[in-house]
Amino acid sequence: MSSKYETVIGLEVHVQLDTETKVFCGCRNAFGAEPNTQVCPVCLGQPGVLPVLNKKAFEFAIKVAFALNCQVQKIIKFDRKNYYYPDLPKNYQISQYDMPIAYNGKLNVSDEAGKVREIGVTRAHLEEDAGKLIHDLSAPFSYVDLNRTGTPLLEIVSEPEIQSPEEAYHYLVTLKQIVKYLGVSDCNMEEGSLRCDANISLREEGAKELGVKVEIKNLNSFKAVRDSLLHEEERQEDLLDEGGTIKQETRLWNDSKNVTVSMRTKEGAQDYRYFPDPDLVPFEVEQETIREMKADIPELPEAKRKRFTKEYALDESDIEVLIAEKDTADFYEQVAAKAGDAKAACNWIKGEVMMHMNDRGTDIKGLGLDPENLARIIKMAVKGTISGLSAKEVLKANLETGEDPVKIVKEKSLEQVSDEGTLDEAVTKVIEGNERSVNDFKSGKENALSFLVGQVMKETRGKANPKLAGEMLRKKIAETR
Amino acid sequence: MENTGKNIITKETVEYVARLSRLSLDESETDRFRGQLEGILDYIEQLKEVDTEGTLPTTHVLPSMKNVFREDKLTPSLSNDDALANAPSKKDGFFKVPRVIKD
Amino acid sequence: MKDILSSIDDCRSWLAEGGMSVKDAAGEFLARISEIDKDIKAFAFEEPDMVKARAGQIDGSPDNRRLRGVPVGIKNNICISGALTTCGSHILDGFRPPYNAHVVDLLLGEQALLFEGMNMDEFAFGSSCETSYYGPTRNPWDTARIPGGSSGGSVAAVAAGELAASLGSDTGGSIRQPASMCGVVGFKPTYGRVSRYGLMAFASSLDQIGPITRNVADCAEMLEVISGYDKRDSTSVNVEVPVYTDSLDSDIKGLRVGIPSEYFIEGIEGDVKKRVEVSIEALKGLGAETVEISLPHTKYAVSCYYIIGPAEASSNLSRYDGVHYGHRSEKAEDLRDMYIQSRNEGFGAEAKRRILLGTYALSSGYYDAYYLKAQKVRTKIADDFREAFKKCDCILTPTSPTTAFKIGERSEDPLQMYLSDIFTIPANLAGLPAVSVPCGLDGKGLPVGLQFMAAPFDEETLIKVAHAFERETGFSKEKPAVLK
Repeated sequence: MSSKYETVIGLEVHVQLDTETKVFCGCRNAFGAEPNTQVCPVCLGQPGVLPVLNKKAFEFAIKVAFALNCQVQKIIKFDRKNYYYPDLPKNYQISQYDMPIAYNGKLNVSDEAGKVREIGVTRAHLEEDAGKLIHDLSAPFSYVDLNRTGTPLLEIVSEPEIQSPEEAYHYLVTLKQIVKYLGVSDCNMEEGSLRCDANISLREEGAKELGVKVEIKNLNSFKAVRDSLLHEEERQEDLLDEGGTIKQETRLWNDSKNVTVSMRTKEGAQDYRYFPDPDLVPFEVEQETIREMKADIPELPEAKRKRFTKEYALDESDIEVLIAEKDTADFYEQVAAKAGDAKAACNWIKGEVMMHMNDRGTDIKGLGLDPENLARIIKMAVKGTISGLSAKEVLKANLETGEDPVKIVKEKSLEQVSDEGTLDEAVTKVIEGNERSVNDFKSGKENALSFLVGQVMKETRGKANPKLAGEMLRKKIAETR
Repeated sequence: MENTGKNIITKETVEYVARLSRLSLDESETDRFRGQLEGILDYIEQLKEVDTEGTLPTTHVLPSMKNVFREDKLTPSLSNDDALANAPSKKDGFFKVPRVIKD
Repeated sequence: MKDILSSIDDCRSWLAEGGMSVKDAAGEFLARISEIDKDIKAFAFEEPDMVKARAGQIDGSPDNRRLRGVPVGIKNNICISGALTTCGSHILDGFRPPYNAHVVDLLLGEQALLFEGMNMDEFAFGSSCETSYYGPTRNPWDTARIPGGSSGGSVAAVAAGELAASLGSDTGGSIRQPASMCGVVGFKPTYGRVSRYGLMAFASSLDQIGPITRNVADCAEMLEVISGYDKRDSTSVNVEVPVYTDSLDSDIKGLRVGIPSEYFIEGIEGDVKKRVEVSIEALKGLGAETVEISLPHTKYAVSCYYIIGPAEASSNLSRYDGVHYGHRSEKAEDLRDMYIQSRNEGFGAEAKRRILLGTYALSSGYYDAYYLKAQKVRTKIADDFREAFKKCDCILTPTSPTTAFKIGERSEDPLQMYLSDIFTIPANLAGLPAVSVPCGLDGKGLPVGLQFMAAPFDEETLIKVAHAFERETGFSKEKPAVLK
């Protein structure tokens, strides 16, 4: 923004934790079931029921807190946040008010140019998710599904330190990457396992006081976060330039129209009447748990990035591709070690392997590729045992059958032919059948040779050593001159 | 019991609290509750006499109570029929409610 | 009417002598209830077919558990799977929980014959059983009078010999105060001793389920059955449960009984005071020592309670909105209106009053002055008891400042009504076990109750002293005219 204003953005991110069961009861925590089939008296908020905290959800939350460099609190308690909505069957949400899991974290966010800035994390707290409300567009009714009610939700609140919509985008990418590395959430925005609300305000350059903030909701993708903030930045700037004032309000992002729209405000400010939930006891994080949790945190992207640069001497952009997902990075390291060629392993994963992943719409785990097998293929290709083309064919066959690549090469007789006697027939045939190209080559068109090599490859069903084939073609054509 | 008469609960306060509680009171109810709440709050005023400087609040009466967890293990859910058995209105496996009018 | 249920043992003998099936016995009990209850109205409603079905299940089992066929009433805020459970409120019309409360599972495990529908003040908000949507229950000793509350139905049914025992819930005295007014034994266990799972919450940090019986031995037996850790209640304490019946017939020589001066205040009826003084002498005669103690924050207990109770209740009761169960107003056109109409139609005046008070105490700007302050004073009250129990083994007080008052006498003065729990509330605030035992009749022939309180998880001392007192004085044998 090239104006006299500074943009101040804060993000509230909700991450659904991927536990087997809900946060306060034993119902399954999973997306996509038939309505109201993953519910019990507890998550239905029936009279007389009581919540008991899921240990795994608590541990997951603490792991995230550590990964975000937060101070985990000694005493943690849960509070009730009281408000009425039909997707909240108790009409209060069990959340955390003044003694949340963690405070004071930070996240190093790098932009596309690789410039790193530290963004503060105000707090992280654990709460229960609400259910879903489906509105009937043709009749004056809504329908309530409580399957999602009680899903463990970790709310991560950033400091208002984000300086641009672009940086907000990178903050989210970085946060998502970390959470996914921890294996505590799949962070799928489409299924709502990661959700984000944004706060944005503008102030005159150099001003100390924050401007009036506007909250933006209904953000369904990282792109929507960025676009809505861009829109809101512009809207507020225009308004201020015209001498107007910003109203503190909540605005909804309309993705198709690319605008934010004011959400008509409810009766005054919300009064949530937080108080400690008497049904849950306080939690004290024991040293033992802290040790266990810390030991359980894998190498995070930032550290991995540094190590990859040092260990594998790869381009920055290649590293970003490899470490985007922890599983891919782990897979890469296994392949690189086994194949003994870090660069080749990188190229193969970036190219062929990711192509197959995209084709199948799956990730590295879903692809089911054994790193050992890929390493074998790479080794054969690097050594020249098989041609690059054959190597791709072997990978494809291996993905289909799971068979040993060495065996596939044998069965399909894909071994590269590097023997002049064996290639002689094919080379002669190609020269005889492609008079024009041969003449082109003779008249100095080097390109024609590649075509002829290609024809030899075709003739040998990819088995010919292309380098050798080229040499033989040159020699033979020269002889016929 | 002495009535210190210190609390003044306005009609607006009663209406505000009623709104938060999703209750609506007619004139006479508002007036009656207003007076009763005032009386109760005047009585409760005596709490101010107690010096609680440095006293921690009691949320749980037994201080030993902490760290009560359940393991992340599945327990049976209700069938959809049972889940909706008490619903005043339902349709296609959902609880049915009047439309939400944003106010 | 013949008093066949004067004790659980009598009931067992009656069942054994008759040699009949539990189902046949259930028929007898139901007939007896129809006869007695038409004047008492201890039942908000009856579900005879469900009772008979339960009896059939017991008959079908080869087991012979300790409460086989013994008729036990369940306060209508404790969930029995499939049984109408409405908390004495219109807003829970038709609600049948799909699960059993933990205590219900335990009683069914001992083959008790359960009766649902014991009347109560709406959501346990009351000390007279007058705020029930189903109308008031009457005191078996004088049907023009209240039985006390909120567990008035559970207590009246036992006092009138309709049932051998019952369960109530006690948030500020709701078991002990009616027990005192109806001349039976009512016990509130230590907070955390009995699982609250399945008890429709009033004030979660104060509520406890407890037994109501004709005598102390039955009380010990019931307490033994319902106590114990439940992993579904985070506030249930995982400590071993003693065999309470082993504490019966103990000697109380040398037992230090604390007498707090703060409990013998103005407003306490002369006859009540006299009965308590006589009781103190009786205990001395048994070799107990009395110790003067002081509980200086006693006078703040009611204030503290009337912040904490309604605050927690206002949140606990917000779930009653007509969306997922219970009463839904037919009038509403949009959701917000439906909430308001359903709640307006569903809640009675006392429930509304407490919701408003509690919401006010938690609302923005008032939390520190009311809720937080009350929680701090609560700490002071609990500290008083901790100090006191260094000097004594249990504390003796009247259960209620008065005997049963007339129906309608206090219903328009909420504060006066609240003050009738002045002696029972402190035990809830401090989480202590406490019991009310009959200690004779006043000049009008109405029962007076004596309360004992002990340190947390020391239910045994209460059983010991209450049983010794009962044996010595025989007041538990007094019965209302209907059983004579």
